[in-house]
Amino acid sequence: MGSILSGAEAASLVRALPGVDAVGLEARAAGLSTRSVKTTSKAQVIDLAISMIDLTTLEGADTPGKVRSLAAKAMRPDGDAPATAAVCVYPSMVAAAKDALQGSEVKVASVATGFPAGQVPLDVRLADTESAVRAGADEIDMVINRGAFLAGDLERVYQEIRAVKAAAGDARLKVILETGELATYDAVRRASWLAMYAGADFIKTSTGKVGVNATLPVTLLMMQAVRDYRAATGVQVGVKPAGGIRNTKDAVKYLVTVNEVLGDDWLSNEWFRFGASSLLNDLLMQRQKLKTGHYSGPDYVTVD
Amino acid sequence: MFEYAPAPESVRPQIKEHYGLFIDGEFVDAESDFKSVNPATEEVLFTVAEADEADVAKAVAAARRAYETVWGPMSGTERGKYLFRIARLLQERAREFAVAESLDNGKPIKETRDFDVPTAAQHFFYHAGWADKLAYAGHGPDPRPLGVVGQVIPWNFPLLMLAWKIAPALACGNTVVLKPAETTPLTALMFAELCQEADLPPGVVNILPGAGAAGAAVVDSAVDKVAFTGSTAVGRAIAKAVAGSEKKVTLELGGKAANIVFDDAPIDQAVEGIVNGIFFNQGHVCCAGSRLLVQESVADDVLERLKERVATLRVGDPLDKNTDIGAINSAAQLERITALTEAGRGEGADVWQPACDLPEQGFWFRPTVFTGVQQSMRIAQEEIFGPVLSVLTFRTPDEAIAKANNTPYGLSAGVWTEKGSKILWAAERLRAGVVWANTFNRFDAASPFGGLKESGYGREGGRQGLEAYLDV
Repeated sequence: MGSILSGAEAASLVRALPGVDAVGLEARAAGLSTRSVKTTSKAQVIDLAISMIDLTTLEGADTPGKVRSLAAKAMRPDGDAPATAAVCVYPSMVAAAKDALQGSEVKVASVATGFPAGQVPLDVRLADTESAVRAGADEIDMVINRGAFLAGDLERVYQEIRAVKAAAGDARLKVILETGELATYDAVRRASWLAMYAGADFIKTSTGKVGVNATLPVTLLMMQAVRDYRAATGVQVGVKPAGGIRNTKDAVKYLVTVNEVLGDDWLSNEWFRFGASSLLNDLLMQRQKLKTGHYSGPDYVTVD
Repeated sequence: MFEYAPAPESVRPQIKEHYGLFIDGEFVDAESDFKSVNPATEEVLFTVAEADEADVAKAVAAARRAYETVWGPMSGTERGKYLFRIARLLQERAREFAVAESLDNGKPIKETRDFDVPTAAQHFFYHAGWADKLAYAGHGPDPRPLGVVGQVIPWNFPLLMLAWKIAPALACGNTVVLKPAETTPLTALMFAELCQEADLPPGVVNILPGAGAAGAAVVDSAVDKVAFTGSTAVGRAIAKAVAGSEKKVTLELGGKAANIVFDDAPIDQAVEGIVNGIFFNQGHVCCAGSRLLVQESVADDVLERLKERVATLRVGDPLDKNTDIGAINSAAQLERITALTEAGRGEGADVWQPACDLPEQGFWFRPTVFTGVQQSMRIAQEEIFGPVLSVLTFRTPDEAIAKANNTPYGLSAGVWTEKGSKILWAAERLRAGVVWANTFNRFDAASPFGGLKESGYGREGGRQGLEAYLDV
């Protein structure tokens, strides 16, 4: 998987990428949003979406107790509903999560590298990553150095991702671009490719901690990037929109987009994830509605 | 890929078993009737009276009376109120009109719902606003209407073309005799009912269903102006028929638009634009981007992405909300598309179609991409008016412009590049009435639309479009 490009080569490759037409990209995303997914397809999509959730808690107030409750929900969300893909926590909560999830298929993902701003020295970010892996994290969600990216120092961004990738070892690396701070679609496309050249296993939109998080056009653009990257290199990379995806309707739009842009190869939690917390309960309520024919309500799903 | 369960539109409009001619505010019967079929099932939807010369004369007389006694003398403010009312009623009944249009025409509900009906309503809103502001339209201090206008419209956008014709005519103070296309009279007749509901004075709008003979009778009748949208052959016949008379005429005819993709284009969006350019409305679009001119250096990449994208298009039941491509409007049109496609194969172009099942009943044609097309082939020269794309390549910008302009038509063109200066350079040189930059098939009531060369003359929409209905 290790990239053989030098920082300068990677930087010049991404600078040469074709531009993105914002109007056209948004029109395509809006077009995909009009797909009508009903009855049997909807049931299938809801279960798929549940299985793709990285059930997340990233608060200063997180405790081992809170993490245990989240882990229990992740393993058995509701009746025969599938388990979520992972539980996503801060590095200090990894051990508690790992313990609570023992024996289950649910992975432990840990944010790292000075999440969410990443504005700490590189050695601190690497130590952060290593400690999360040591505590048992299966997946690392790192943030890129947006300051360096916006200052034009793409080589540095590339080298830092490679360093984190090395520190993460066998853990799968999700690279958070924080698209809300990159602001333009051209920048998102460049950051996506830079992360993939540097060895990202997943590219992820957002931390959920800034004003603008995942949007469908941005995620569509990142899907086009992983599709093109595989066509160019043979290496498949996953996509994870995070932040702001709160209800079933939104999740369906994202999965329709995966379906029509990427197809079967990405339609599993190996290659597509939702970073979300409140989404799960809405999916469970819609699932109950499909089964029973009537709407339940927030008291029929569990609080986390 | 996961499959989408059927998602049929549930609303059904009230379609009568039989419709009459709409003359002087009333539905009246005629000597003969004809049938309108659903092109997706070949089932008869309803029967409708067919207008003959005598009916046309009656309608024109009613329109003349309405023009002289009510509509002509009425203030612009009052005319505007009627137009606003029509626009609101269209919005209120949008879903019903969308389903009716889809049933009668074969186009997908997605398009009638999101494009045809809202854009038609927008045309009435836009022109309602002009009705009392004509003095500021740049056509003189007190521009006068022409009188009675005869209008003949095509089957590809039945309600929208009606709106393009009727809204500016009424806003300027004219009265109207309109003949909808033979295969798609339904929404025009529903519009007639809507005029009754809006209390539009009798005779201001008259709707006369019929075939070519009825259209010719409208052109030959005592109207002051003829407005036509349709084929270049019929347009030429109309121009001959009105030559030497007092009648004014505007024609919006065929096209063979070039969609030019330069090597510095935003490729994914260009692919969307190519798909929208030729497969929107089954390619039954006069300004369709039916010739793709792609720079040779990126041709392979663009074509690969294009084919991948076309393979995801969903062809089938027009009333399913997930259908992208509906039915071909008529057996005759299907025959023409098939014949030209055969000609393309015969002349040596490479044909590609996605594997998709087509319904057994109805008129259907798979989205088709021809590569290796040369300028001399019929599929590069003639308007196919179906979901068939001809792909040609070019080496330099000058060659792109030369090939794009090398057609008797001049309705529209598209330019795809991330470089603004190249867009302006190309737009200056393209001989087309509309040039879209990094988009295609975009329409707005405020933007004039019309052609050059054999694509006709006159403009519709915008301040410029008012000129066609004013005595200036």
